[in-house]
Amino acid sequence: MSATLAQLAPYDFSPTVLVVALAAAALFAAGQWHAHRDGEPVGIARGLAFWTGLGLTYAVLQTHIDYLAQHMFWVHRAQHLVLHHLGPMLLILALPHEVMARALPTRLRERWLRPLWHHPMVRGPYRVLQNPVVASLLFVGLIYFWLIPSVHFAAMLSVPYYNAMNWSMVAEGLLFWWLVLDPRSPAAGGLGFGVRMIMVWAIMPPQILLGAYIALSERILFDVYDICGRVWAVPPLLDQQIAGLLTWIPAAMMSVVAALLVLRLWLYQGERAAPGSGPSLTAEAG
Amino acid sequence: MGFRTGITGFLGATLLAFLAGCAPDQSGWQTRNISGLMPELAFTLTDHQGRTVRGKDFRDRVVLMYFGYTHCPDVCPTTLATLRRAIHRLGERGDSIRVLFVTVDPQRDTHQALRRYVTAFGSQFVGLRGEPHRLKDLTRRYRVVYNREKPDGESYEVAHSGSVFVFDRQGNPRLVAQPDDSAEAIAHDLDRLLASG
Repeated sequence: MSATLAQLAPYDFSPTVLVVALAAAALFAAGQWHAHRDGEPVGIARGLAFWTGLGLTYAVLQTHIDYLAQHMFWVHRAQHLVLHHLGPMLLILALPHEVMARALPTRLRERWLRPLWHHPMVRGPYRVLQNPVVASLLFVGLIYFWLIPSVHFAAMLSVPYYNAMNWSMVAEGLLFWWLVLDPRSPAAGGLGFGVRMIMVWAIMPPQILLGAYIALSERILFDVYDICGRVWAVPPLLDQQIAGLLTWIPAAMMSVVAALLVLRLWLYQGERAAPGSGPSLTAEAG
Repeated sequence: MGFRTGITGFLGATLLAFLAGCAPDQSGWQTRNISGLMPELAFTLTDHQGRTVRGKDFRDRVVLMYFGYTHCPDVCPTTLATLRRAIHRLGERGDSIRVLFVTVDPQRDTHQALRRYVTAFGSQFVGLRGEPHRLKDLTRRYRVVYNREKPDGESYEVAHSGSVFVFDRQGNPRLVAQPDDSAEAIAHDLDRLLASG
């Protein structure tokens, strides 16, 4: 029993992850409570999506899964599948900003957050990052970048680079999936559904290519796992092949799932309540 | 659009160049350069004489740190023998070097067992052991794996990383040598580290 509990404890404790996860959890829970009190309860599916997404993200960063991820290449790839694809997608599906906004005092929301959100210093970079071409390039580019062998070597040895790698995956994942799964129709400020479709298909071939390259390579591409040692006595090449398959197939499957979700939004567009019905921060942001 | 994309491209390229710079280049080193990636040498353990020693006691020396155990069937003795040959190649200048042999099997590796083991390799070799949590701290610090395998009666093996971490006189990790690096390659790099002050 205590051995199981020890597995749940952080391997490399990060106060930042703890604070961010607790803040997100507290805000969402308070928002859920406010929504319930106001007679507009958050749907079960949305709640489930948020808590699963947050739980998975926390688990791969702050349990002994992180230890395995540091010392088995395929667990590292599975960790990034959660950090870049599954976790952010689930979090975005819950539309957490709408729920969290309910928990914030009106003054804070209207006097500080909304002006900050519309400030040119925030809008400018946000617009650039959320350009469909830039967003797609960034989404795939980050996966490639952290898998450049020399960069991967540095990231797996250095704690600051390791943290930068994991945070960049989560942050970019949230931005990308928000752009793709934003429930607003184009008329209400969302991105055109056709463009979203192109985006989710466009990110697939580069990931398949990279995954296949890793899986089918006949030599060890990432020697950092030999330097630090592997947790399980798996042959290094097998470890790399599983890692390649994880980069290849489930990652590409996430595009298929996303395409179905976009299709659903497309079919139901206009049926959702007009913007402004909830105290959303982004309701009128384009 | 064109302007904005240009700016983005420029920023992106700058960021990439900056980040790619985070991987130290090999520039003349024959073992793996890890300068700037890992934290300085720090630990509190007891040596094979039973004295408490700390990482900072080894400042002003070039230090090699290796994780192993005395019951280790092949990798540890081979690696330590390679290190001994590398140090011998440096002649007198190799005398100031210290090889820290940190046991990942403190249960069986008592001070006496460690003393018998390391003194066989030479006066530069220091055996270190510590409480399990001290050992954990040190292996986490250098991202090293060790795993005690299921005991087969009395005997068991401990799987562990075979890498040797090399620290400069300021206690900064500079290089990693691996079991297949030759004594010549290691001696070359130690020579360079000793010369660089």
